[in-house]
Amino acid sequence: MKKDYSEDLREIRDIMQRSSRFISLSGLSGVSTGIIALIGAFLAYQIVFKDTEFLVYNQVHLPYERMVNLLLIASGTLILSIGNAIFFTRIKTQPYQHHGWDVASKRLFINLLIPLVSGGILCLLFLWKGFVGVLPSLTLIFYGLALVNGSKYTFSEIRSLGIIQIILGLLAFAFLRYGLLFWAFGFGLVQILYGLMIQRKYKL
Amino acid sequence: MKEVLKNLDKAFENRIRLGIMSVLMVDEHIDFNELKTLLGVTDGNLASHLKNLEKSGYITYKKSFLERKPNTNYTATKKGKESFMKHINALEQLLH
Repeated sequence: MKKDYSEDLREIRDIMQRSSRFISLSGLSGVSTGIIALIGAFLAYQIVFKDTEFLVYNQVHLPYERMVNLLLIASGTLILSIGNAIFFTRIKTQPYQHHGWDVASKRLFINLLIPLVSGGILCLLFLWKGFVGVLPSLTLIFYGLALVNGSKYTFSEIRSLGIIQIILGLLAFAFLRYGLLFWAFGFGLVQILYGLMIQRKYKL
Repeated sequence: MKEVLKNLDKAFENRIRLGIMSVLMVDEHIDFNELKTLLGVTDGNLASHLKNLEKSGYITYKKSFLERKPNTNYTATKKGKESFMKHINALEQLLH
């Protein structure tokens, strides 16, 4: 009898861990990161890419100053986006007492991070070697892969968002000259639309 | 000891019903098919246990259409969550 009950408890714990998804992701963070991405893309175009021939398939020589600007814009966009996501998630979890950093959120975070970090490092290597043209495409593809990978641990909509980003990334490679446009479309508009959709569907 | 035993809920004596409630404690809602894969049970078996919990007022469901296929989403009620917590506390007390 006693053994039976401990078996029950073990099973409960096991099921709770297996099933928990991180559902505190805020749709608003999707909207705000989308807006940040649009601003980032605009700045990158104005400051780095305008009137240049960098978006091509071969190696280009990126002047040091432009390289630094591009890195500044990219890291600024990234940091602001992550900060935003954390901020909106905090707002959403606060009234419910359960703090955001539990098994589910950790699992989501790690699974997002694996493709994201490997893609990020690859992009830096490409940038370093002067292959600037592939960057919009690669960032879209790896971001999409990260979303697909993480979607098992949060809203299922994230999966289709990821697939859209991957397709846009492939298109961005096929039409390299318009890479930045695809990038703004994927990270900006699509992300904003998905954010609004999730916000509407899951608002508490 | 008698007091503790009284807090054990008949509704949760079955493993599958216990499983359903465990899921609904951490997931706000879950649909029939997800629940089925998670618990590894058959359609009929799961349906009858869901009905049982629903009759006790522990869970509710919402029917909707997802890409034209009917989709049933289950949620734990407040009463269900409270009973479940009481049940788990009783289990823990019995083991200590």
